[in-house]
Amino acid sequence: MGDWMTVTDRGLSSESKTISQYTSEIKMSPSSLYSQQVLCSSIPLSKNVHSFFSAFCTEDNIEQSISYLDQELTTFGFPSLYEESKGKETKRELNIVAVLNCMNELLVLQRKNLLAQENVETQNLKLGSDMDHLQSCYSKLKEQLETSRREMIGLQERDRQLQCKNRSLHQLLKNEKDEVQKLQNIIASRATQYNHDMKRKEREYNKLKERLHQLVMNKKDKKIAMDILNYVGRADGKRGSWRTGKTEARNEDEMYKILLNDYEYRQKQILMENAELKKVLQQMKKEMISLLSPQKKKPRERVDDSTGTVISDVEEDAGELSRESMWDLSCETVREQLTNSIRKQWRILKSHVEKLDNQVSKVHLEGFNDEDVISRQDHEQETEKLELEIQQCKEMIKTQQQLLQQQLATACDDDTTSLLRDCYLLEEKERLKEEWSLFKEQKKNFERERRSFTEAAIRLGLERKAFEEERASWLKQQFLNMTTFDHQNSENVKLFSAFSGSSDWDNLIVHSRQPQKKPHSVSNGSPVCMSKLTKSLPASPSTSDFCQTRSCVSEHSSINVLNITPEEIKPNQVGGECTNQKWSVASRPGSQEGCYSGCSLTYTNSHVEKDDLP
Amino acid sequence: MNFSEVFKLSSLLCKFSPDGKYLASCVQYRLVVRDVNTLQILQLYTCLDQIQHIEWSADSLFILCAMYKRGLVQVWSLEQPEWHCKIDEGSAGLVASCWSPDGRHILNTTEFHLRITVWSLCTKSVSYIKYPKACLQGITFTRDGRYMALAERRDCKDYVSIFVCSDWQLLRHFDTDTQDLTGIEWAPNGCVLAVWDTCLEYKILLYSLDGRLLSAYSAYEWSLGIKSVAWSPSSQFLAVGSYDGKVRILNHVTWKMITEFGHPATINNPKIVVYKEAEKSPQLGLGCLSFPPPGAGASPLLSSESKYEIASVPVSLQTLKPVTDRANPKIGIGMLAFSPDSYFLATRNGQLCRRGCCLTPYCVLWPQV
Repeated sequence: MGDWMTVTDRGLSSESKTISQYTSEIKMSPSSLYSQQVLCSSIPLSKNVHSFFSAFCTEDNIEQSISYLDQELTTFGFPSLYEESKGKETKRELNIVAVLNCMNELLVLQRKNLLAQENVETQNLKLGSDMDHLQSCYSKLKEQLETSRREMIGLQERDRQLQCKNRSLHQLLKNEKDEVQKLQNIIASRATQYNHDMKRKEREYNKLKERLHQLVMNKKDKKIAMDILNYVGRADGKRGSWRTGKTEARNEDEMYKILLNDYEYRQKQILMENAELKKVLQQMKKEMISLLSPQKKKPRERVDDSTGTVISDVEEDAGELSRESMWDLSCETVREQLTNSIRKQWRILKSHVEKLDNQVSKVHLEGFNDEDVISRQDHEQETEKLELEIQQCKEMIKTQQQLLQQQLATACDDDTTSLLRDCYLLEEKERLKEEWSLFKEQKKNFERERRSFTEAAIRLGLERKAFEEERASWLKQQFLNMTTFDHQNSENVKLFSAFSGSSDWDNLIVHSRQPQKKPHSVSNGSPVCMSKLTKSLPASPSTSDFCQTRSCVSEHSSINVLNITPEEIKPNQVGGECTNQKWSVASRPGSQEGCYSGCSLTYTNSHVEKDDLP
Repeated sequence: MNFSEVFKLSSLLCKFSPDGKYLASCVQYRLVVRDVNTLQILQLYTCLDQIQHIEWSADSLFILCAMYKRGLVQVWSLEQPEWHCKIDEGSAGLVASCWSPDGRHILNTTEFHLRITVWSLCTKSVSYIKYPKACLQGITFTRDGRYMALAERRDCKDYVSIFVCSDWQLLRHFDTDTQDLTGIEWAPNGCVLAVWDTCLEYKILLYSLDGRLLSAYSAYEWSLGIKSVAWSPSSQFLAVGSYDGKVRILNHVTWKMITEFGHPATINNPKIVVYKEAEKSPQLGLGCLSFPPPGAGASPLLSSESKYEIASVPVSLQTLKPVTDRANPKIGIGMLAFSPDSYFLATRNGQLCRRGCCLTPYCVLWPQV
């Protein structure tokens, strides 16, 4: 068993070795691999293998190796190496038959596998060689294709060129044909012209011959003569002159004079033109110099070389200018100098402009590197900003102007002006309104009082009449009674005389003032005015006067009545007389109430005032 | 343009007097002189034969009537209608007749251009000039009437003779470098004489008054050359019209070409203004400029008006392709005329079709340099 184990071990290890050899040597060529495999597979190397074979199973681990092998084989589908065990715990015996069978099976398998492997390897080799072959064919074909393509392109190109040439040649041919045709036409036309002329000449020649013949034949000649009625005078009125040598010379002289005049005229024209052009050139030169010279002041590195030339040129040109202005002739040298200087200036100007262009383009591309150079974008932005500012300022100015105008304008809008005016005069207006209302009220009161006065006056008049009649009747009675009672009636008479006197006086006054009163009552109206007057300030002294007179009337005798002046208290007269009348009717001198009893309520104020009076 | 009533005319003989007061016209053998303003007949003269040529004298006092068939020239006076003058060339024959600038001499060219006879109306003298050239424009007078240039041909060579008109003295006589001289013309300033060659050769020569050659100009070779020549009134420019339909302007300083005008069939340049004449009467077609028709057989033309409309660019001009296989083809610049201020140049290119006496309608005006 021990030897056998080692054999199996050898087989396994040889397997593993071959496998490992195979795997490690994949990249080798199939043929060498094949040979190696054959070698390796058929004859296991004796020396090396031993060590491998003994590595798996030693005398120590027999049981383990058996169990391991059993496991492996069962997993591969082989029958188990152990005998069928009777019980679980008893140790299993190795089934030799099974082992042998398994070995045989394995060997068979091995051989099969090897065969298959060989076949596969041969096939692989074959395929590989085929592939190689195909690849080489492919690459060859590719190359061929490439070359043929190139050839084709080349041929196409040639074809195209040839076609171009063909076309151009055709064109040339056409041109040549056209020219030939044209020349032929020319020749043809000339030929026809020639022919025509020749024919004409021949005809003329024939005519001439005929004529000559005629003349020769015809002896009778028509006279060549001029038949004129009378000779006409010369156009210039002078006589004709003989032809002599002198006249010939004169003619020559005249001819030359004419020619010379013409030449002189033309030369003058050309000189004028020349002078003008020179002036223009001078101006141009000056302007160019002025254009270029301000450059000198700016420190520019790029323009250094040109500034040098400009300076020198300016100096030169200044000198030249002076020289030219001094001479101002059309000398050769002066002319040359002028043209040269102008050319120089022009060149400088051109170079300057080109440089500016370059600068501009550089700035455009690179952005501004130079502090002096402002990039266009910035410049534009700045200008936009400035424009906006200007716009805003303008708008502000406009609005301000408008406001100012509104303030100062007088006739722009009615409402606003009236409002404006009103706000200035508001206080005054209010005051005036108040005063006006006051005045109106007073006027109303006055009117009322006047009306009442008139009514009262009318009543008074009526009552007076009645009273007069009564008095007359009473007097009659008294007169009748006076004869009987003398001493009793003396006081009464006095009184009455006083009364009568007063009343008479009153009557007189009344009657005298009656006509005055009436118009007043008619015109002014009523004692109602009184109230107004009492209320109004300027009227107050009159009421106080009135009160005073009334008090005077009430206290004193009729003498006070005289104090009532018509001018002072015209409207009061009515009231005063009224009270007097009332007082007299009432026949109570002392009663103040009686004074007021006939009056209207409007006297309340005066009543109040009355209290203040002494 | 307004047209008046039609008057009878023969052979297109109708000329205004140099002073512009009279209009002379011929009907057969009658000469009719009308007043320009009223067109009333002022004078009526009767000649001996059918008139072939009339010419006013420079002072508008005399009219010359030439009858080539009879070899007669009759001169009539306006001041004295009963005055008459008859010049009979007799056997010499008459081919051309013209006035001298002073209005007192008549130059008759005899048949076959054998000689030129100078008849004087003031004196009995007669002068003869031999070998005049039989060309289109062989005699030319300076504007001031001092000199006369005459083209001559002797021994197959061209010469130019310059005469003083006052006494007909020969001033200069020189040969020209031309093959077959066709025309000569004085410049308006009287100092330069333009001499040009036959149409088979494009060559124009410029001679000074004293006979020196100033310059020669040739635009091209081989093709048909110069057809017409015109001086500008200021003598600064010389316009040369040729058979190739172009006008070339030469300047008087260098006698080199300064500009060239073509005559294209279509005008595309928007800067050019094109005037098209439109007739109002419907009988004639639009765009036809019509002359009063000659002879008795022509249809009477009612008085009609025509106006010019501005045609919008591009304008294509009517062209007639003329037959080129005949002599003297009707191509090229046939007529040139400068405006008096030298600003404009009028040209007529080519085709003059004489069907019913209608001229081709367009006359192109070119602004001058």
